[in-house]
Amino acid sequence: MKILTTVKRVTDPDMKVKIKPDQSGVVTEGVEYKMNSFDEYGVEEAIAIKEEHGGEVVAVSIGPSQSTKELRTAMAMGADRAILVETDADLDSDAVARVLTEIVQREEPDVILMGKQSVDSDRSQAAQLLASYLDWPQATFAYDVEVADGWATVGREVDGGTSTKRIRLPGIITADLRLNEPRYASLPGIMKAKRKPLETLTPDDLGVDIAPRVNVLKFEAPEEREAGEILEDVDELVDRLKNEANVI
Amino acid sequence: MANVLVVAEHLDGALRKVTRSVITFARDAAELTGGDVDVLLLGSDVDAVAEELAQYGVSRVLYANDSAYANYLAENYAPAIAAAAEETDAAIVCAPASTTGKDLLPRVAASLEAGMVSDAISVSDDDGLKFRRPLWAGNVITTVEVVTPVKVVSVRTTDFDAAEPSGDATPVESFDPGVAPSETAEFVSFDQVKSERPELTDAEVVVAGGRGLRSGENFEMIMDLADTLGGAVGASRAAVDSGYAPNDWQIGQTGKVVAPQLYFAVAISGAIQHLAGMKGSQNIVAINTDPDAPIFQVSDYGLVADAFEAVPELTEKLQKLVD
Ligand SMILES: Cc1cc2nc3c(=O)[nH]c(=O)nc-3n(C[C@H](O)[C@H](O)[C@H](O)COP(=O)(O)OP(=O)(O)OC[C@H]3O[C@@H](n4cnc5c(N)ncnc54)[C@H](O)[C@@H]3O)c2cc1C
Ligand SMILES: Cc1cc2nc3c(=O)[nH]c(=O)nc-3n(C[C@H](O)[C@H](O)[C@H](O)COP(=O)(O)OP(=O)(O)OC[C@H]3O[C@@H](n4cnc5c(N)ncnc54)[C@H](O)[C@@H]3O)c2cc1C
Repeated sequence: MKILTTVKRVTDPDMKVKIKPDQSGVVTEGVEYKMNSFDEYGVEEAIAIKEEHGGEVVAVSIGPSQSTKELRTAMAMGADRAILVETDADLDSDAVARVLTEIVQREEPDVILMGKQSVDSDRSQAAQLLASYLDWPQATFAYDVEVADGWATVGREVDGGTSTKRIRLPGIITADLRLNEPRYASLPGIMKAKRKPLETLTPDDLGVDIAPRVNVLKFEAPEEREAGEILEDVDELVDRLKNEANVI
Repeated sequence: MANVLVVAEHLDGALRKVTRSVITFARDAAELTGGDVDVLLLGSDVDAVAEELAQYGVSRVLYANDSAYANYLAENYAPAIAAAAEETDAAIVCAPASTTGKDLLPRVAASLEAGMVSDAISVSDDDGLKFRRPLWAGNVITTVEVVTPVKVVSVRTTDFDAAEPSGDATPVESFDPGVAPSETAEFVSFDQVKSERPELTDAEVVVAGGRGLRSGENFEMIMDLADTLGGAVGASRAAVDSGYAPNDWQIGQTGKVVAPQLYFAVAISGAIQHLAGMKGSQNIVAINTDPDAPIFQVSDYGLVADAFEAVPELTEKLQKLVD
């Protein structure tokens, strides 16, 4: 079984982002980067599927040369090799999906594990676009994955409860946070990862035009809420809710 | 090509209120494009939903009534929506940013060679259509434009009022998208969390509990407070991960976004990922033993108190007021 897993380099989700004074983007100096949280779950699941069924795990990232760090992390966790499609351009989800379409045509994986959304752009589009371009089935927001007999049975977290879907492979699965517990890279894992193959390509090599369909024109801070008051006791809270906020 | 197509969402044979918010978004957009608002309903024997959709003064209601649409599958719905977009000459195709909308719309965008905006909170015309959307867990708002002729938009429904019925009823047209069902995707089951309480995204009052509650049993007091006020129950991710609450209750960047009149955060620390799902609430009450908990930075009313004492007392005193 050949498993492809995608890894996006994003700003550390626990850091407060600052917007540039000219509103053209966010401040990147001094910012820490890491693997998109959801991709950690995707990589873990890819490795778990390999451990059960055998095969190979290939990690792919699209982004600046520094993204090799996140790819090495994926290999330290257990991915066998990695591909970086190097670009400094700001890609939209559609460009990501079109680059990945070419990678899939070269690699011909049986299943692709991705994150359900990026914690920076919060878009949740890339996997579904890719599935559509490949004309493959998709199972998004997975909390449970079973692979058997050329099909994947996937438990999904959806509004109103949970739902189960079966997809015939090849197909695409996106990871939600309760899918598994991503393993930490061990020291031997980190040492081994340094010697695992990492291929670098460019969108040009793949013949993909990465011009965006969606242009981001302006970045702004949302209106901040002001901190309110700390009240004495429950009686005061009841009084304020009734007589000040008028919500009771 | 200036029309706006709304993809309706329904559950248990009833229209979901989020669709009415999308109709409001669509009216805003159609005013700018100079087109009409049309609605597409996919389902099997959901005539009552079609009748309800006819009440909102839209131009056309297309109803694809087919057993192939009885259960939601992106692989079957997306091509049908693309066909309806062509039938109605849609410039914008929109749906709620629900889990269904998020799963479905990118596939529609790919078929229509359209760019897609996720989680739109506004639309305006400033030298072309511009959409605003939050990202980085709501800490940044961007203004974006879509360069393709057709634009696909998932709508953050908390930012739009639910449309009210208006005008004469629109005749319901039956619509056959003419697409063969997928052979590579199968619906197995939908396990619904049944509840007498209002839906989280619709509720005027939301009471949410966090990890500080220490067990699922202790969520009872959260439910009691919610029931006293006719509200919905929510939870932090940590509470869901710990098994105190079902996943469907999670509020935040990767859960639901709510904006009720009144939000109670009980034993929730206030991580940015949680705030992303509730910062838009009109009144926020925080109850936490830790005076330095970040939740107090966004709350209107804070109580530094033990939830196990404060919540039952609050429920009892509010119950007296409500009676
Ligand atoms: C400063 C700045 C400027 C930006 N400007 C623009 C702009 O002008 N236009 C625009 O549309 N976007 C812009 N972006 C957003 C960003 O480039 C895209 O969001 C991203 O590359 C596309 O994927 P997504 O985040 O939408 O993926 P999602 O659909 O949210 O992610 C789902 C999954 O797809 C996979 N994935 C996504 N991206 C990659 C990747 N690069 N490599 C490997 N796997 C990936 C991951 O598994 C991820 O978990 C900008 C971002 C920044 C930080
Ligand atoms: C990619 C990503 C996505 C995420 N998405 C979400 C999301 O969608 N939603 C979400 O909520 N989180 C999300 N998180 C997790 C988030 O970062 C926090 O870990 C989580 O919100 C913490 O939940 P909590 O406040 O219940 O728990 P804690 O942070 O452990 O806080 C518990 C609080 O309870 C208080 N407390 C303890 N005992 C009592 C008592 N007896 N009475 C009163 N107060 C008490 C404590 O003082 C503390 O403030 C995400 C994280 C990541 C990395």
